[in-house]
Amino acid sequence: MSQDLRNKESILRNSGFQTILASLLCIVLGLLVGFIVLLVINPLGAAGAIAAILKNFLYYPSSAAAMKYFGTTLVNASALLMCSLSVLFAYKVGLFNIGAAGQYVVGAGACLYCALGLKLPWIVCLLAAVAAAALAGGISGALKAYFNVNEVISCIMLNWISLYCVNMLLVNVKEQSTPYTTPLTSGNKGALLPNMGLDKLFSNNEFVTIGLPLAVAMAILVWVVLEKTKFGYELKATGLNKHAAKYCGMKEQRNVILTMMIAGGLAGFAAGIYYLTGIEQWMVQQTSVPAMGFNGIAAAFLGGLNPIGTIFSSYFIQHITSGGTYVDKSMYCSQISDLISAFIIYLCGFVLFFRLWLNRWLDKRDGKAKKGGNA
Amino acid sequence: MLLLIQYTLIFASVLVLVALGGCFSEHSGVINIGLEGIMVMGALGGALMMKYLPAGTPALVMILLAILAAVAVGMLFSLLLGVAAIRFSADQTLVGTALNLLGPAAAVVLVRAINMAESADNVSSTVMYGQAKKAFLMNIGRFEFNWFMLIALLVLIASFIVLYKTRFGLRLMACGEHPQAADSVGINVYKMRYAGVLISGALGGLGGLVYITAGVSEWKFENGVAGFGFLALAVMIFGQWKPVNIGLAALLFGLFRALSNVYTGFPTLVALKLPSSLYNMLPYIISLVVLVFVSKKSRAPKAEGIPYDKGQR
Repeated sequence: MSQDLRNKESILRNSGFQTILASLLCIVLGLLVGFIVLLVINPLGAAGAIAAILKNFLYYPSSAAAMKYFGTTLVNASALLMCSLSVLFAYKVGLFNIGAAGQYVVGAGACLYCALGLKLPWIVCLLAAVAAAALAGGISGALKAYFNVNEVISCIMLNWISLYCVNMLLVNVKEQSTPYTTPLTSGNKGALLPNMGLDKLFSNNEFVTIGLPLAVAMAILVWVVLEKTKFGYELKATGLNKHAAKYCGMKEQRNVILTMMIAGGLAGFAAGIYYLTGIEQWMVQQTSVPAMGFNGIAAAFLGGLNPIGTIFSSYFIQHITSGGTYVDKSMYCSQISDLISAFIIYLCGFVLFFRLWLNRWLDKRDGKAKKGGNA
Repeated sequence: MLLLIQYTLIFASVLVLVALGGCFSEHSGVINIGLEGIMVMGALGGALMMKYLPAGTPALVMILLAILAAVAVGMLFSLLLGVAAIRFSADQTLVGTALNLLGPAAAVVLVRAINMAESADNVSSTVMYGQAKKAFLMNIGRFEFNWFMLIALLVLIASFIVLYKTRFGLRLMACGEHPQAADSVGINVYKMRYAGVLISGALGGLGGLVYITAGVSEWKFENGVAGFGFLALAVMIFGQWKPVNIGLAALLFGLFRALSNVYTGFPTLVALKLPSSLYNMLPYIISLVVLVFVSKKSRAPKAEGIPYDKGQR
């Protein structure tokens, strides 16, 4: 057998490579389905629309404008990255944190109230967002640990409860004439995250702040905690088999609660680095939970459940979500991006089967090659 | 008071239908978190059917066709879960979540496309079915009777009989408790699980149709079904996966949900001066509290959520 054939096989068998391959396949198939839907709606503009989604900020001909919107996409992506880390962290411990959306809402409520109601500086607001969201996550964790309440259901209930609570809380700091909270620029400038010169890189996009590098640092931190520490090992062991973990002397109840608190804290951090840039005001009559947390699920799974992978997948999901706003509005609506990312999550469900199938196929091929060699 | 009963009954009908759907799916061994998405798709099917039927269609035909459309679309959509979870051993929670995101997104894209095709300026995601909806209603004195209340009751009775008194139902439950044992006596586990998921799709879709015809004569699909699919899951757990208990649980949850709609009609409640958000939260808080009490000794089907692999020991 030739040497390079063997090398090729070893790449195909590499689990990291398989994950990347599977994710790329999900993306391609997801885009293909989106394209077909566009074709069905209106065949004339489908190619243009899918190009607009993929181009996103490149839609602007001047590079300064493109840079500016690239910055905005990055700000959104950094919040999404934190949400997906929240989902990922919990999933590694065997918990499905669909509550990232609600914890994100709690974080938004806490940081905006601290900023506008209590006039606190940004660092306190950010910490308040993390603490409040960690508490919200901790509730789900405690219910799971002590009362065996399925975390998916309790998280979903808490999503709605958080939404209405935050609406009630933020009514106190809203503008007189609109249902939106007071902008941070007029309400409390000290609560805005510092730019540290990063805005200069993106054509003076004032929303680009230290939140961006902080989010990437958090992704690396999560990776280190999960892969390189005893604490992370214990958590993962609890996720794999909680009875075995208990038998080995690990405190499985404490681990479940801690995990949900950390997951919640990460989602709260997402809200902090998003709302404290002043990029968006909270609408106090909101009747649906912001999509950020749910998109986090997509990003986490698309990133192959690897913290470093989620940096790229979060950017991609945000890229096409932002890109959706540039489709030709006379033919399509921007929700087409939501449809594509939802379909990508659906396809992520097949990844396990895909890897199984790939490995089986490789085994078969190797078996044949061996036979051929012997004969 | 009458209004409260009316709303309670209609919300309970939605919950009982969807919760029974979840009950069938889980008894077969597949967790169906995607009920919310299925409801939206079913509602879409029914709403479009009502929109396109000519105004002179007899009430009975109208009802049957709308129900048929909702059920068919719901089943079709639930197949996405079925194929992924049963054939491809996918993570059921993940796929269910995907359905929940896919349903509303697909509905909005579709409805907007239809609205825009009709007139270029109409970019809303609303379907109007004001005329057609009247077919479902009948006034008994001041009480507005909705045929769906009767249908929900019939489905409840039928579910009880199917699950406990027929060969199919007992086999279905066996697949959710111990699929290997079921397979060993010649039951096709895969087929049974497909049946469970499809029934949940049918009932979920029907529930969605009931939800959007309750009280309103048009529906904006951006709103989805406001977490009703998840409330139904809570109802199912509170009802301990048993049809009769599910019926009672649905009434309780329906009452709390109805309160948020009609509390302004009760002087004592208005006098409390509680913010309306509190009433909106109430069903979710109650379900959380209820789950705390019932989850400890949960009677969930033992094998739910675990993909069945024939070769596994």
